[in-house]
Amino acid sequence: MLSNLKDSLESVEGMITEGQSDRALAEILGHYKKDKKNLIPLLQEVQTKLGYLPRKALQEIADFLKISDVEVWGVATFYNQFRFVPLGKYHSVVCMGTACHLAGGRLILEALERELNLKVGETADDGSFSLERVACIGCCMLAPVVVIKDKIHPKMTPFRVEEALIPYKQESRGKLKEGKSGSQS
Amino acid sequence: MLPEMTYEEISNKAKSEWEALQSGVYILIGTATCGRAAGALDVLDALGKELARRELEVPIIKVGCTGLCHADPFVAISKPGSLRVAYANVTPETVSRLVEGYVAGDDPCLELALGTLEVGAGEGISVPELPRFEREVRLILRHCGYIDPENINHYIANGGYGGLKKALEMSPEKIIKELKKSGLRGRGGAGFPTHRKWEVCRGAGARQKYVMCNADEGDPGAFMDRVVLESDPHQVIEGMIIAGYVIGAEQGYIYVRSEYPLAIERTQIALEQARELGFLGHHILGADFGFDIEIAAGAGAFVSGEETALIAAVEGKMSTPRPRPPYPAESGLWGKPTLLNNVKTFGYVPLIVERGGDWFASIGTEESKGTAMFTLAGKVANSGLAEVPMGTTLRELVYDIGGGIAKDKQFKAVQIGGPSGGCLPESLLNIPIDYDSLREAGSMMGSGGMIIMDEDNCMVDAARFFLDFSTKESCGKCTVCRLGTLQMLRILEDITAGRGKIENIDLLLALAEDVKIGSLCGLGRTAPNPVLTTLRYFREEYEAHIVEKRCPARVCPELTVYYILPEKCDRACEHCILTCPTEAIKGEKGEVKMIDQEKCSKCGTCLEVCPPEYNAVVKLSPVSLLPSSDLSGERAKK
Repeated sequence: MLSNLKDSLESVEGMITEGQSDRALAEILGHYKKDKKNLIPLLQEVQTKLGYLPRKALQEIADFLKISDVEVWGVATFYNQFRFVPLGKYHSVVCMGTACHLAGGRLILEALERELNLKVGETADDGSFSLERVACIGCCMLAPVVVIKDKIHPKMTPFRVEEALIPYKQESRGKLKEGKSGSQS
Repeated sequence: MLPEMTYEEISNKAKSEWEALQSGVYILIGTATCGRAAGALDVLDALGKELARRELEVPIIKVGCTGLCHADPFVAISKPGSLRVAYANVTPETVSRLVEGYVAGDDPCLELALGTLEVGAGEGISVPELPRFEREVRLILRHCGYIDPENINHYIANGGYGGLKKALEMSPEKIIKELKKSGLRGRGGAGFPTHRKWEVCRGAGARQKYVMCNADEGDPGAFMDRVVLESDPHQVIEGMIIAGYVIGAEQGYIYVRSEYPLAIERTQIALEQARELGFLGHHILGADFGFDIEIAAGAGAFVSGEETALIAAVEGKMSTPRPRPPYPAESGLWGKPTLLNNVKTFGYVPLIVERGGDWFASIGTEESKGTAMFTLAGKVANSGLAEVPMGTTLRELVYDIGGGIAKDKQFKAVQIGGPSGGCLPESLLNIPIDYDSLREAGSMMGSGGMIIMDEDNCMVDAARFFLDFSTKESCGKCTVCRLGTLQMLRILEDITAGRGKIENIDLLLALAEDVKIGSLCGLGRTAPNPVLTTLRYFREEYEAHIVEKRCPARVCPELTVYYILPEKCDRACEHCILTCPTEAIKGEKGEVKMIDQEKCSKCGTCLEVCPPEYNAVVKLSPVSLLPSSDLSGERAKK
């Protein structure tokens, strides 16, 4: 799936190429001291700029800080924040905090899995949607909550999930078509 | 840089800015994360446009959270000589009415008003119309919702950094003495006496020391530390500077979880402004003392809330705890003595220095002094944030402040302290909130997250939920925590799926003991609490699942079915058929609809869309309640 993903990502608007990612990484490393305590801030900044942590970046961070790549990999996989697969353009997050769970969060997660045909942690082959669950985003009074492309959708129901996704699905279909015809011409 | 300004000059300048604001009309709008989620930024945008359209020059102050999260988006209008009026659930559509009515005119738009917002004598805001404010004593929350957290002058004009000014004129020993008198105990949950930590750290013989603030609020369902940093970050910074002065540290760190980007942003702004005015840096307020603070953004791990794990995270390592002693106060960050306190603990410090330990000790109970902050969420009518004196009963908190259970449902339990805490039943609602009473009942103060559950919540499922969380968040260092919680989770999954055996209950109890004893840190030692308390107070629900294969709250999917009552179904309506995602509902137009149980995914959409005038869809548990023809799916297939 990953190799497919890489091809399709390049056709999706806003995604970065390998050359750009190398330059971004060099620039980030440029303003950090070679101190081991900077490992987590470095990983955070790389993920913010690139959207995820590519294998190659982890290796380069290890070389830069003069620590083993196992150590970098260990820290990166320990924390929930870090991702090793690029996110979709419409990244969808289901809150599974206590308040959301009690208000039917499981049903909401199942509805998203069904509607997007994705499991938690996956990104669609065309790079459009990705799905994740988080422990709590702290908006308990609006439970259950779904975040799609940074917009919070409060008080969801399985049926409203379907409705909420419609505009993103339409936009995604339009964009993908545009992208394809653009690359042909 | 204005290092030559004295505190009086800084304070006078801030006061004149504040008074100028008070002399005219201005608008307050809640823009903490909770307000934004409810649409506050759209309201803010609409307000700006409406004021511009009418050519009104009225300042809009972007405040944090008032604690009335159920009222978001929250707007208040302040006019000199009149009461400030607060408005709940404002929408871009109601904005023009508010601007026309009360900003431009004199009509307070009572049909939209929540109540009046008054600044009491140093005690912060209150809305007299709301009975909850009679129960509350707001210390940490005193500025939240009525000052601009991005403007240090608002904080200073209301007495901010006065505690630091006074502290620098006191000896460190005198400050520790005041803390001891105050009886302040750590607000991170464990309740360790604050002055003892400070004393040990001050006494530790090292040149390099650190002050650290734990803002890694990992408990799902608690958000008060986020609210404090988003609404009034300077009180925490001021408390940390005083701590640096007392223990002899020059550097502080605030560890904030990365899931709180707005809290990080506002704290960053506050630090810069404090630095500009000389509250951080060298020779603070002319004294021979320098201190600075950096933010460390967490990367998402519940275990980081544990102090030794948090220190490992700041050092750039995997966030796993280590055995204590040595305690961080002796050997913490990079092996140096480190004073680690929670956001709220630091928040109380400037007040205690300013008003004295005796004043603080006069609030609360014998063993637990001061106030307690709780987030109310779940099935409560008015969710939000409350600050009450220690000793307030759970009932007062849930009913008088929280407004009782939403939608007239029956109260079942209140869960306090998240994955480390416990579920308490109605019979314990009269216990006072303090460290020791809660611990006795099998729960704990913990983070202060309070989740209210009603008759529709299954207690076995709730225990399973918390354990699932602890299993995922266990760092894996201690075997009994890593595998013991997993084994407990498997048993609970069996019970909720109807595969449980009655002897499993004893096995759960035995495992819970092992996990408690065999774990190094608080995560493992408290992870069994949700299971133990639900077994203690709601054992009959476990037995119903195991013996009768029945989920009393009709939550557990394996023990529950959806059923359309033939006598209630309106034959002409097709809402359920059209919306069922698995096409499990059959029935021609004019016929009673039926659910094919083999196809049903139990998503609940049919129950949601069935019009209230019919209310024909019900949940049944145990599954055997289903008429036999429906069970086999025969009736639907015909």
